[in-house]
Amino acid sequence: MHMTETTSVIDVNKPRGIRQYQWEIFLVVLFLAVNVVNSFLSPYYLTLDTFLSTPMNFLDKAFLVLPMTMIIILGNIDVSVGSIVALTSVLMAVSYNAGLPMPLAMVLALVISTTCGLINGLLQIKFRELSATIITLSTMTVYRGIAYVILEDRSAGHFPSWFSFLAWGYIGKVPFILIVFVLAAIVFAILLHTTRFGRMVFAVGNNKTACEYSGIRTGRIILGVSVITGLMAGFTSLFLTSRMGSTRPNVALGYELDVIAMTVLGGISTNGGKGRIAGPLISIFLIGFLNYGLGLRNVSAQVLLIILGFLLILSVLVQNFTDRPRQKSSSKSGKSAAPTHQSDAGSGSDIQGNSAQGG
Amino acid sequence: MQEAVQIFKEIQLKEADMKKTFTVVALVLIALALVMPASVFAAEKAKYAIVFKNTGNPYGEKQMEGFKNGIEEQGFEAILRAPDLPTAEAQIQIIEQLIAQKVAAICIVGNDYDALVPVLKKASAQGIKVFSLDSSVNPQARLTHVNQADSEKIGQTLIKAAYDMAGGKGEIAILSATSQASNQNIWIDFMKKELAKPEYKDLKLVKVAYGDDLRDKSVSETEGLLRSYPNLKVIIAPTTVGIAAAGKVLTDKGLKGKVMLTGLGLPSEMAEYIENGVCPYMFLWNPIDVGYLGAYVGTALVSGKITGKVGEKFSAGRLGNYTITKAPDGGTEVLLGPPFKFDKSNIEEWKKVY
Repeated sequence: MHMTETTSVIDVNKPRGIRQYQWEIFLVVLFLAVNVVNSFLSPYYLTLDTFLSTPMNFLDKAFLVLPMTMIIILGNIDVSVGSIVALTSVLMAVSYNAGLPMPLAMVLALVISTTCGLINGLLQIKFRELSATIITLSTMTVYRGIAYVILEDRSAGHFPSWFSFLAWGYIGKVPFILIVFVLAAIVFAILLHTTRFGRMVFAVGNNKTACEYSGIRTGRIILGVSVITGLMAGFTSLFLTSRMGSTRPNVALGYELDVIAMTVLGGISTNGGKGRIAGPLISIFLIGFLNYGLGLRNVSAQVLLIILGFLLILSVLVQNFTDRPRQKSSSKSGKSAAPTHQSDAGSGSDIQGNSAQGG
Repeated sequence: MQEAVQIFKEIQLKEADMKKTFTVVALVLIALALVMPASVFAAEKAKYAIVFKNTGNPYGEKQMEGFKNGIEEQGFEAILRAPDLPTAEAQIQIIEQLIAQKVAAICIVGNDYDALVPVLKKASAQGIKVFSLDSSVNPQARLTHVNQADSEKIGQTLIKAAYDMAGGKGEIAILSATSQASNQNIWIDFMKKELAKPEYKDLKLVKVAYGDDLRDKSVSETEGLLRSYPNLKVIIAPTTVGIAAAGKVLTDKGLKGKVMLTGLGLPSEMAEYIENGVCPYMFLWNPIDVGYLGAYVGTALVSGKITGKVGEKFSAGRLGNYTITKAPDGGTEVLLGPPFKFDKSNIEEWKKVY
């Protein structure tokens, strides 16, 4: 009885055609609006150079938005990414200053950040009763704490001059970082939307318990996403360190919040199981250009935070509104469960009971 | 049948949704347009920008106010900027925006000595005059530096004050800002040099604590000092946040007369503790004057009157004439003057000023 009800609602609720991309369209319209307003208000804005070089200001943290999209689709939050960036950056600088050749130091940075992600993932699998937020909150303080212990009051740097190419260099007229980011975004889009792994991320986000009962190794998915997150934090660290030319333990302070804001504004539902990578990709540029444009008008930092806050509330409201039909009906049948997996498992009510126990 | 009805309802809902979305877009657009002042149509004046460490810092607000006064009384436009977090990466972003606006000069109060070098060099390459103020940046990225007071004099003055308050001997401690704050570290170095002199041989520096310029951390660090060193005679806090926090702790614990407090503080924040005797006297320069001096350094650099070399002279409005001197870090600097002493006799009048 539950099943027929849920199934019919899901069928109608499945968006069709262009409506499916309603939120993305909204973001694009907003992005264009921001640019139109900016170019009217600042005579320095509308040049090709501005357009190509502005992303250099915010693309370093954009690398974190890609895995954060996966994490939020999983229904989790990771607040340790900024600290991983700081620790990685500090260790890279320290090992370079200790005599390690720069290319090796960069590889080491990626290994360290990936390890940090791996630790996050292992903790999540080992301590299932703890939420990912709590686990990453702890590792957040641990990672940054280690960075402070290593470097204390000093900053480290004096990198070879070619290292600054990462964040400051151009290939033709296009910033190097923009090219790398576009490639990374393509890889993530393919990974999330066309592979088995990507489908499992959505499935686990929809209903972890149901997934476990259908034989999906949810632990592996969570671990995989955590490791990918660590790796991308390593990329952010490389680009940020290159941009600053030196590092200290307080770099990337507050990055986790910026990244989560960009992801949520991109229309990724914090309930998990829903969203497309296109949204966060647009919102990276929307927030970045909004920030830059307001900066050209010398608007104070607080005003930008207020505007961002409004946008976030708006995005949550709109999501809530479009979610409503499904939530109503699923509340009748207890915990919202992915109907496909219910039918896969054969007996839906069994799973309902189990998930209620688990939660 | 039922399904069909439901589908129909859903579609209606979705359509209402779309309309709503676009209404919202329109509203946001209007809001954006209103947020931005229409000063584009004003005549183009040369623009001078100051970038402070972060927003919400009363000392910084005063410094920016002084800069604005100095720039505007010469008939130019002042741009006051500060990021919401005190990090170098946030300042880099602001400097990029200032470069795009083609400002005449950038006056930077640095969050990091080295990390701002690449972006400041980019600004210089585009003809923008770059100099630092208060918290310096690497000499290779600045023309000159505007310093509040002679760092050596600050060190000497504070140690002399501690010596007098302690009655010539005993344990003293320093409560600083963050452990990487370049200003505080230079002053602490000079304090240590001063302590090495024979006349201070009975004064013992037991600890340098770091309150990170956060009120709560400074309070707990002060409490830690009092617990670890029960014979402590004087706390020197060369930071406005730290000294106010220490004043609060000493007052609350009733340690007036037992543990003395001195350092660098804002008169408005410290008036209470100077009046109640916890802090017999303390020092500071006028942040408004620091900003004001910065304004005149900026215009002199842009007009070509000075280039940032040792020995060059210029006039700074109501403050009089200044000469560029050699800075301890190898670059050049302009010194505002000796630190100013605040005690019971003058705090009443100064607490209203800043």
